[in-house]
Amino acid sequence: MGERDAGSVVLVTGVSRDLARRCGRALAEAPGVRRVIGVDVAPPTGDVGGMSFVRADVRSPVIAKVIAAEDVEVVVHLGVIATPGAIGGRAAMKEHNVLGTMQLLAACQRSPQVRRLVVKSTTTVYGASSRDPAMFTEDMEPRRVPRSGYAKDVVEIEGYVRGFARRRPDCTVTTLRCANVVGPHVRSPFTSYLRLPVVPRVAGFDPRLQVLHEDDLQAAVVYSVARALPGTFNVAGAGVLPLSQLLRRLRRPSVPMPAAAVGRLGSLADQARISDFSPELLALLTHGRGVDTTAMQDVLGFAPRWTSATAVADFATTLSPTGGHLERALGSLSDRLPPVPVGPAAVPPLATGGDGRG
Amino acid sequence: MGDAEIIPIGTRGRPGRGTGTRPSSAARGLAPGAHRSTRGPGEGDDTPAAPPVADVPLEPGSAPGAGGAGSAPPDGTSSPDATSSRVGRSATTTVDRHPLGGVPVGDWLAAFRHGAAEVFGDQWETQLARFLAFWRRRITGDYAVDDFGFDQELTERFLLASLRPLAQKWFRLELRGAHHVPASGGALIVSNHSGTIPVDGLMSMVAIHDQTGRHVRALAADLVFALPGVSSLARKAGATLACHEDAERMLRGGELVGVWPEGFKGIGKPYADRYKLQRFGRGGFVSAALRTGVPIIPLSVVGAEEIYPLVGNVPALARLLGVPYVPITPFFPWLGPLGMVPLPSKWMLELGEPIRTDEHEPGAADDPMLVFDVTDQVRETIQQTLYALLMERESIFG
Repeated sequence: MGERDAGSVVLVTGVSRDLARRCGRALAEAPGVRRVIGVDVAPPTGDVGGMSFVRADVRSPVIAKVIAAEDVEVVVHLGVIATPGAIGGRAAMKEHNVLGTMQLLAACQRSPQVRRLVVKSTTTVYGASSRDPAMFTEDMEPRRVPRSGYAKDVVEIEGYVRGFARRRPDCTVTTLRCANVVGPHVRSPFTSYLRLPVVPRVAGFDPRLQVLHEDDLQAAVVYSVARALPGTFNVAGAGVLPLSQLLRRLRRPSVPMPAAAVGRLGSLADQARISDFSPELLALLTHGRGVDTTAMQDVLGFAPRWTSATAVADFATTLSPTGGHLERALGSLSDRLPPVPVGPAAVPPLATGGDGRG
Repeated sequence: MGDAEIIPIGTRGRPGRGTGTRPSSAARGLAPGAHRSTRGPGEGDDTPAAPPVADVPLEPGSAPGAGGAGSAPPDGTSSPDATSSRVGRSATTTVDRHPLGGVPVGDWLAAFRHGAAEVFGDQWETQLARFLAFWRRRITGDYAVDDFGFDQELTERFLLASLRPLAQKWFRLELRGAHHVPASGGALIVSNHSGTIPVDGLMSMVAIHDQTGRHVRALAADLVFALPGVSSLARKAGATLACHEDAERMLRGGELVGVWPEGFKGIGKPYADRYKLQRFGRGGFVSAALRTGVPIIPLSVVGAEEIYPLVGNVPALARLLGVPYVPITPFFPWLGPLGMVPLPSKWMLELGEPIRTDEHEPGAADDPMLVFDVTDQVRETIQQTLYALLMERESIFG
């Protein structure tokens, strides 16, 4: 464990999207990596750095040829997409996610050089419901098995990845269940929801949210590529933020409305391509989710640089605040008053006549 | 009517008190352009016409009587010219007739200071600053929330503070045995459950916090987290789902955890079954305590049974709404919202001797017989304490 390999060839999937492209670029600069090959159906839109791009569809057997021809030793699967809008419909998304992963795993199994597989999964596999424990550990099952969309795809993908790990015991498989990623460059259903000028909230619920900064996602992928640590790990920033607190820190006004109305609004926004609003996101925004990252710290040995709170603060710097008027008014008022002395406020009087008997 | 006559008759916009028909000679002497002001009141309006805008009717009430000029600008009263041209201005005229216009800023500040001192006491500036700082923190989201969503500041300054009068004044709560609660470290408080809606849980939280300074972290049914409004408040008040993962996580974290193992069976039992303990779940709370080695502190609550005497239930409606029962009390739903006022029964809470669980060998939690034994021991302790407290109580409302 922890040994470095000199000069391995890394294959990264899904590099047409920003996060995967950045991961690939960071991997290309990481020590112990000789070459990084990015594959996707569409070319990456930004700077790929030292990564070379091969246009290949993970759903086709071409991927096996790439793996064989380039002597790929480490496969980083970042090509699972969460948004049907990006690829042209839910059917195509499922095809891309599930069939693409099956094809990729089949190619990996066939190739004797592949020694390591890193899969970016998501904490969405735990679902979100009122019966959830406060913090999910990796061995917990979702209380309600996701039956549609992205969450179902990821559950199936994780199943295939476990199958692959069984069939190729010589290959270390690391599955990273990442919390919702936020950051200045992230475009996801979750961040586009938070970028709305006025954010609709589910009335009567204040979900606990845990987020991961995009830099930490990148660092976690680079970290797992460099070390052979098999297993499934929750990857998330420390601490949780209730949605209300998160929105206050983003200086975003919010409107509470019934869950059905939020869902309806979301599907309208979906159709108008303003944001991708899935039922999983609605469940998350109703019940929230927290994950236990003890295994990440102790077994994987990875420590995120950003907590949930600091990641949100960093995300807030890229947003133009649409609220915060009341705060400014209060601020100007309290500036005229003497500074608050340190220490707790006057303690309320202790209750009850309780003339202790025992 | 009186005004309308007095004002025009009084001076016709000219200085001096006069009789209304002609100004006194002293007044005539004082008036600007006095040499021309001897004309009668009927044609008096062009009298002080020498300054540019002096014929402005300075008071709206005088306009009808002053009649003739017809050159009154519509905004004459607020025109700066009217006030600045003191030369032609009547000494009796008040230009600014806004009800608050005459109060100087200094008086406002003094009143504000006085009011603030009344509300916040002598240290009002500090107190107000503190109050504003609190609100500012809340609005900017600058407060800490633990992994379970517990918002200590909100709980202490708002939730407990608003429940405290109910506990002290309405139920006259009396808590005994608070010294059994350890000052720090994990402990599991196990209580009986009653009262149709879980007021007893809230009251126990208030009483134990006020006497020991520790927050009781409640383990609540999943229904609590499915109900809008209740859900977000419960998390902020420190509650979490009653499942062994959360219970053990909290106990390992050194929290004081409260559990009501009777659940809906206890809280929704008919009034006739009051103070008869129901089945204590499946003993999950005991295995959680055994796994984490924390003491179990039995808590017996007397008084909660009587707040909403449950005499009936509407199972069909309950099924429809997805709740365990729809209560019918002697007052609800007959009196509407008034029926939701709890009866002011006298409450007595007693914390018992802690039951140690750290003496068992590791793996004891997997011994179902031991778990059943400890469960029965806790249940029996609470039941006996309930009987003792009931004997001691003189009347329900005593």
